[in-house]
Amino acid sequence: MRVLVTGASGLLGRVVARLLVHQGHSVTTFQRRPADVDGAADLPGSVTDEDAVRRAVAGAEGVIHLAAKVSFTGRAVEFDEVNVEGTRRLLRVAREAGVRDLVFVSSPSVANSGAAIAGLGAEPADPARAHGHYSRTKAEAELLALAADSPDFRVAAVRPHIVWGPGDTQLVERVLERARRGRLPLLDAGAALIDTTYVDNAASAIVAGLHRMEHIHGRALVVSNGEPRPVGELLAGICAAAAVPAPSWTVPGRLARAAGSVVEKIWTRAGREGEPPMTRFLAEQLSTAHWFDQRGTRELLDWTPAVSLDEGLARLAEHYGTYQRPLRGLGWQTGQV
Amino acid sequence: MVAADWPGVDPEWSREIEVSSTSDADGRGAVRRWHLLDNGAQLSRRGLAPAGTLLCVHGNPTWSYLWRTLLAAGSDPAHPWRVVAVDQLDMGFSERTGRFRRLADRINDLGDLTAALGLGGPVVTVGHDWGGVISLGWALAHQEQLAGLVLTNTAVHQPPGSRIPPALRLALHPAVHRWGTTTSDAFLRVTHSLAHPPLAADVRGAFMAPYRGAGRRAGVGNFVADIPADASHPSFPALGRVAEGLGGLGVPALMLWGPRDPIFSDRYLKDLIGRLPHAKVHRFEGAGHLVSEDRDIATPVFEWLSEHDRDSGPGLQRMDALRDGPSLEVRAGPLDPGTGPAPLWAPLTEAANGPAGGDTAVAEMAADGRAARSLSWQELERSIAALAAGLQEAGVRHGSRVSLMVPPGVDLTVVLYACLRLGAVVVVADAGLGTRGLSRAVKGATPDFLIGIDKALAAASVLGWPGRRISVRELPAARRRLLAVETSLAVLANRGELLSGQTPPLPVPDPHAPAAVLFTSGSTGPAKGVLYTHRQLAAMRDTLAATLGIRPGARLVAGFAPFALLGPALGAVSVTPAMDVTAPGTLTARALADAAAAIDATVVFASPAALRNVLATQGGLRRAGHEALGRVELLLSAGAPVPESLLAQVQRLLPLASLHTPYGMTEVLPATDISLEQIRAAGADAAAGTVAGAGNGVCVGRPVHGTRVAVIPLAADGTAPGNDPVSEPGVTGEILVSAPHMKEAYDRLWLTQRESVRTAGWHRTGDVGHFDAAGRLWVEGRLAHVVTAPGAVITPVGAEQAIERLAGIGLAAVVGVGPPGTQAVVAIVDTVPPARRAGPAAPQLAGRVRETARQAGVSVSAVLVVPSQPTDIRHNAKIDRTRLARWASAVLAGGRPGTP
Repeated sequence: MRVLVTGASGLLGRVVARLLVHQGHSVTTFQRRPADVDGAADLPGSVTDEDAVRRAVAGAEGVIHLAAKVSFTGRAVEFDEVNVEGTRRLLRVAREAGVRDLVFVSSPSVANSGAAIAGLGAEPADPARAHGHYSRTKAEAELLALAADSPDFRVAAVRPHIVWGPGDTQLVERVLERARRGRLPLLDAGAALIDTTYVDNAASAIVAGLHRMEHIHGRALVVSNGEPRPVGELLAGICAAAAVPAPSWTVPGRLARAAGSVVEKIWTRAGREGEPPMTRFLAEQLSTAHWFDQRGTRELLDWTPAVSLDEGLARLAEHYGTYQRPLRGLGWQTGQV
Repeated sequence: MVAADWPGVDPEWSREIEVSSTSDADGRGAVRRWHLLDNGAQLSRRGLAPAGTLLCVHGNPTWSYLWRTLLAAGSDPAHPWRVVAVDQLDMGFSERTGRFRRLADRINDLGDLTAALGLGGPVVTVGHDWGGVISLGWALAHQEQLAGLVLTNTAVHQPPGSRIPPALRLALHPAVHRWGTTTSDAFLRVTHSLAHPPLAADVRGAFMAPYRGAGRRAGVGNFVADIPADASHPSFPALGRVAEGLGGLGVPALMLWGPRDPIFSDRYLKDLIGRLPHAKVHRFEGAGHLVSEDRDIATPVFEWLSEHDRDSGPGLQRMDALRDGPSLEVRAGPLDPGTGPAPLWAPLTEAANGPAGGDTAVAEMAADGRAARSLSWQELERSIAALAAGLQEAGVRHGSRVSLMVPPGVDLTVVLYACLRLGAVVVVADAGLGTRGLSRAVKGATPDFLIGIDKALAAASVLGWPGRRISVRELPAARRRLLAVETSLAVLANRGELLSGQTPPLPVPDPHAPAAVLFTSGSTGPAKGVLYTHRQLAAMRDTLAATLGIRPGARLVAGFAPFALLGPALGAVSVTPAMDVTAPGTLTARALADAAAAIDATVVFASPAALRNVLATQGGLRRAGHEALGRVELLLSAGAPVPESLLAQVQRLLPLASLHTPYGMTEVLPATDISLEQIRAAGADAAAGTVAGAGNGVCVGRPVHGTRVAVIPLAADGTAPGNDPVSEPGVTGEILVSAPHMKEAYDRLWLTQRESVRTAGWHRTGDVGHFDAAGRLWVEGRLAHVVTAPGAVITPVGAEQAIERLAGIGLAAVVGVGPPGTQAVVAIVDTVPPARRAGPAAPQLAGRVRETARQAGVSVSAVLVVPSQPTDIRHNAKIDRTRLARWASAVLAGGRPGTP
């Protein structure tokens, strides 16, 4: 199959593109920076540029759309331009070009008003209730994408929850950097139950989506490892994988803190200059329960995650054992949360 | 016309009708306008033929809105019933007549209405509050079409000499009455506030709707003023006619009650049960006056109706078949004496008349190691007979309920057997329920008499427990007055001695008559009363004797109340050790040995908590004590799971004894039995994997003598919906027991009872477990605690046991959080030394627990630590997993840990 992957310079997009190449598909990558995926044709460009989009889509049978503005800085209009209008443009051009299937890579945050989520499925995207420009615009884009679904042009949304892995700059590097500087505070109350998605699992689920369009088109599916853990334990596991000492578990004092206040501190205390601005968003994601009913997803995709949480942490350890200095600054624009 | 826009009401049900009045309150030719909720037209429009009519009568100050769930259920094509819920005149949306309508008028009004409606065919009346009396008045006047009675929180009789409830006295007080009921809406608001949980705002608004403005509330005030507080009241005769006539209504009756009612408390329910003894009764613990708002009453009402439908033929007349008599449960007559078990006390009488009648039968120990009191068999027999005569003279009758709040020992033994001989029903609620649970249990059982020690009588005074009070010992006059104590066992026994010879011998009670109400521990919801008949108690005795080989002549130390009381019935010499029986953990090794030495004991009954303390205090034993314990042949420990390690330590203290830990519940005592040797063999089989099904749970052995045990397999959703018991090895399901000594019924819990005997002939225990190929039962936890993770139904005990074997871990609980079917599994542990506060486990501990659980086949998401596990009061052993699951859900959602 000829497949276009947008946003392939990010952590997840790159693994998706590689997996497709490995499966023998003819892959084109499309994003602002070079994607550097062996075996794929790279077409740098922006979803805001209609001509570039048209060139990228030409000849594709399937599209996996990951490109998005993920930053938390910037004005609403910038998010609208990339996430909403870019998606609208891609949908229109792809349909005109005769693309048969499109997987829109989304985020569970499109349906999250901030309340704890314990074992729910994929609730409908709701731009009015989603928090922040990123989630709001992704919600609008997902609604656009699912509305475009038709028998000739099948569209589905896949929402991986908190993607991480070697090379991840959002969750993993953020935690490690705090821990190295001794600024990862007080994990003892971090009890919110959080599910995450190891990057390879997110990628295999997205690619499975492309193969299972007859079952999933018109729907949104949340994808995760299906292994929720208390957030404190999760963060400690990441520190251990990178051989960075985690802070002491037990703290003196009578105050038992809610998980929320702990995680807020991790991300909102004065950091270094040029703080990547996902802080508040991630803090919210990690301070209340976020875990999902995966039964429907697994059945519809005929998929199970191949890499367990423990295996993922082992690979993370291997990564940090190999590279003393982890890669920095990889594609903020295209990462998925 | 009324604009019917009330939540839960189909506007089509609302109708008005003009009715010619024949009531004395109205002048000749008066016509009154009634408002009703009536689904009759709707049913005929849909072509549904109703089985009959439910005539629903509200009380004060509600209106027909109260019955909306019955209207909805009656409109269900699955069981169509016409439901006519009236607004009484001057109430709801019916006419304001400007007349003072008394009880007799209101009963007549209702007859006028049903005549105008042309209500034919079978009618089941439904009433609440004072509407209950009016519905019964109608029932008495229309017996030709009466097919049944449903009553909710109501009353027909004020016992002579007792006062009406304080809340009503206040409402009737001249200074309050007019303002409280009519001028203001205070009476309405107070009534609405009695709902548990509170009414939703829109429902509250609907209840208030017809009573906005003082001019619309005259009926509310008049209703209150018409309460016959005493015999001089004009409505007193009408109320008396209803109360007296009730017993003659041979129709099925259902009573659904909310006990949290400041007005229509359990004593009125008791009065009604006395008048309608065949009624099905369900008390919704925690529900109050507005029981139909607090709980779903429509489901039980229609189940009750359909039960009667099944019993009779089809067609509109089918309810008539019910009128043939109240004996809905066909009972076998008294047992042929040749085949039934002998009365409970037969071995006692036999011993008294035998050659050893002068030997010690019961004794109780003092703290100094000597026997404080003892009675020979002959003395015991005489004491029981004398006290029975005294109690009878004091008014204790066949069927009287007598609450016994007397610690185990000589006094309890005498009074227990005296009550049983009289055919009275003993109510045995123990302090192990906690003060609140105990109070709830006693009030719910409504004893006629309360016999207790000082402490219990004081509690009865403070907490307002029902029943005429009798002390154990004679009290000083002042104290007697203070505690409202009428007499004492001491006085009654003396009185009985004097009467001996003058009273005819007591007839042997019907073996099927109720004999005792025992209470469940309350570790799984409010404690439930469990009713036993004489025959079932005798069967319990025979089961124990046959299973454990306890024969007359055995000598037992009674450190565990339920079985201890059976000592004299087994013909066994019983001694009560010196201990605080309300706290089993206070039995010392010294006290146990002293008791054993006093009678040269062969058998010891003790709870696991008592055994733990015995082991902890064994340093205080002298040589004689060791020797006395060394002669014990049998130890029985029950009430909670007894770990093998504990038994192994006990074995060193009682080297000759065979150690047994029966499994059972208040409803079936015991169900299975296992010895220490058998526990070890089962453990070895589980470890070796040589016996199919061995492992994953606590092995409780094989069914006891005469008992069958089976399981109903669990479904994927973690319930046991089936009805076919199986016993194949390795099949996990809800455990069912069938035995001659199992309970008669739950007391005043008709719905719970129905559920528990859903599989005919069996008691559904609510426990889950499986058999192994050797026929042994392995208990895996409570059905309500089964966790449903994606693709896995998980019972907690197997993983808990594995986790508890880890070093540094005390007790473990495995629970689920999140929606059924996709729950995340959480392990909650306490540690040695205990954690200072609750919260997530440190990663290393979490990792160890998770890995151990994984090897037991369970994927754990989170591991939480608590300083100590919440356990039940009675056994201090059963972990409250439901409470832990609630707590874990909150913590793992991101909330503050707090304490579970």
